[in-house]
Amino acid sequence: MMQRRAFLQTALKGALLCGSGGAFLAAMLKAKHGKDSYALRPPGAEDGARFLSLCIRCGLCVKDCPYNTLKLATLLDYARVGTPFFEARKVPCYLCPDIPCIKACPTDALDKKHLEKNQGVDSLKMGVAVVDPISCVAFWGIRCDVCYRVCPLIDRAIKLETKHNERTGKHAYMLPVVQNDVCVGCGLCERACITKEPAIRVLPVAFVSGEVGNHYVKGWDAKDQERVKNAKPNTLNPRTDNPLDYLNKGL
Amino acid sequence: MRYLVLRRLAQCGVLALFAANTFVLKGNLSASKLFNTIPLSDPFAALQVFLAGMHIEITALLGAVLVACVYGLFLGRAFCAWVCPVNMIVDFAAWVRRKLGFKGVHLGLPRNLRYILLVLSLILSFVLATPAFESVSFIGVVQRGIILGTASWLIVALLLFCVDAFLGDKIICSKLCPLGAFYALVSRYALLKVKHDAMRCTKCDLCFEICPERQVLWMVGLKSVSVNSGECTRCGRCIEVCADDALEFSILDLKGSFKKKVLH
Ligand code: SF4
Ligand code: SF4
Ligand code: SF4
Ligand code: SF4
Ligand code: SF4
Repeated sequence: MMQRRAFLQTALKGALLCGSGGAFLAAMLKAKHGKDSYALRPPGAEDGARFLSLCIRCGLCVKDCPYNTLKLATLLDYARVGTPFFEARKVPCYLCPDIPCIKACPTDALDKKHLEKNQGVDSLKMGVAVVDPISCVAFWGIRCDVCYRVCPLIDRAIKLETKHNERTGKHAYMLPVVQNDVCVGCGLCERACITKEPAIRVLPVAFVSGEVGNHYVKGWDAKDQERVKNAKPNTLNPRTDNPLDYLNKGL
Repeated sequence: MRYLVLRRLAQCGVLALFAANTFVLKGNLSASKLFNTIPLSDPFAALQVFLAGMHIEITALLGAVLVACVYGLFLGRAFCAWVCPVNMIVDFAAWVRRKLGFKGVHLGLPRNLRYILLVLSLILSFVLATPAFESVSFIGVVQRGIILGTASWLIVALLLFCVDAFLGDKIICSKLCPLGAFYALVSRYALLKVKHDAMRCTKCDLCFEICPERQVLWMVGLKSVSVNSGECTRCGRCIEVCADDALEFSILDLKGSFKKKVLH
C-alpha cells in the first residue's frame, strides 16, 4: 500500500515537473516569435522555418561578413536570441559575389545552393523593398533617384516610372517602383534613402507578398491553366460558409 | 589553488580566443573553427539541430563527433569546470553562499531533473522543429554576450547568480543544466579520473564540502576506487582541498574505475 502511494507521488511529481518544464520552455520559445518574424535574415535563409531549425547560433556567418552586416541577436533584439539578422538602415547586405556568410555556415541553415555556379546573388531573397509614397520626395515632385541608383539590380529591381506633374504643368515625376519578384532585399536602397526615416524599407517577404490561390486564371496565358490543373472544384456550403466571403476563401 | 588558477585561465583563455576572432579560433561555443580548418561543434546542440531539421551538414557532424570524442574518451565532463563560463558565475554564487552561511532555503528539486530536461529538450526540438534548449540556453546567452561584448547577458548572469546563491545549493549546474547532463552521460567511460586512496583518507569530509557533485564521492573513506561517475566535472577541487593526498588525477586507472557502487 505504502509503496503504491509513494510510487504515485513520484509519478505525479515527475509528470508535473515534465509538464511545467515543457510548458515553460514552449512559452519561452513562442514568446518572441511574433517580433522575430520581422527580422531580416542573412542570405540563403529564404526558408525561415528551415533556417530556424538548423541554425546552431554560432555566429560564424557574422564573423565572416566583411561589412559587419550581420549581428547575433542579444536578449534585447527582436530576433530570436542568438540568431543572425541585419538591420538594413544601419548596414545593408552588400551582396558579396562569393557570399562568404553562406560559405561559413557549418549547418546548412544558410542554403548552399546559392554557392553553385550560375546562381549568384540574383537568386537570394532576404526581403522585399517597399516605398512609402507619402514620405518619398520623388512623389512630391522633387527629383531624387538615390535608391534607384544604388540598387545593384538597377532598372530591374527598381524602375523609374515617369508621370506628368499636373501641379507645375511642365515637369515629370520620376517615381521609384519596386519589382517585387526581382528585388533581393539587400537593403542598399533603405540605407541610402535621403529622408529622415527611410521612405523605402526592406521587409521580410511574408509581410509583403500575397498569394492568389487557384480560383483566378490568366485567360490570356495558355500555360496558366496548367497551374491549376489539379485544383478541385469547390462548392459553397450555405450552412458554414458566408457567401459574402466566397471570393477570398479560395472556393 | 593550482587547479583553480588553471581552470580560470582555461575558461578566460577560450573566451578571449573567441573574442579575438583570429584564425586560431572563430565562432563561439555552439560551433567554431579551429585554425580555420578543424570544425568544432557542441554535440548536444548539433543533436538538437538534427532532431529539429532531420538534417545535419557534414561540417557540424564532424565537429560534434570530434568534441564528443575528446570529452567522452579522455577529459570527461571537464567542459563544465574548465570551459563553460557559467561555471565562474555559479562558483562565485557558491562562494557567497558559503561565506554568508546562507543555508536556509532549499528548493527540493529531484536530483535527476537535468536528465528529464535533457530528454525534454530533445523531444521539444523534434516537436517544435527548432533546437529547443539552444533557443533558451542561458549558457548560450552568457557565452555569446561575453564573446560579442554586449551587455544584456548580465541580466541572465545575475539571475543565475541569485538562484544559486539564495534559492538553493548548486541548482543551475547539478539540477537544471541539460548540457551538463549530456556530458555526464557521455563521460561515463572517459580516461581522466580522480583516484581515491582509502588508506590515506582521514575522513575529514572536506572534499564533500567542496565538490559540486558530491554524490560522486560515495567511495571516500570506504574504498580505493576512482571516482567513476560521469557527473564528476574533473574540477580538481577535491584534490586541492585534501590535506592527506588521498585524491589525485589519474588516467588509465581502469581497474579502479569500474567497481560498483556500494550501498551505505
Ligand atoms: S553577402 Fe556579403 S555583405 Fe551580405 S551578409 Fe553575406 S557576407 Fe555580409
Ligand atoms: S553560420 Fe549558420 S548556424 Fe552559424 S549563426 Fe550563421 S546561420 Fe546560424
Ligand atoms: S533591396 Fe533595394 S537595393 Fe536591394 S535589390 Fe531590392 S530594391 Fe534593389
Ligand atoms: S531615395 Fe528615398 S526619397 Fe529618394 S526616390 Fe528613393 S525612396 Fe524616394
Ligand atoms: S569529485 Fe573532485 S574533481 Fe570531481 S567534481 Fe567533485 S570536486 Fe570536482
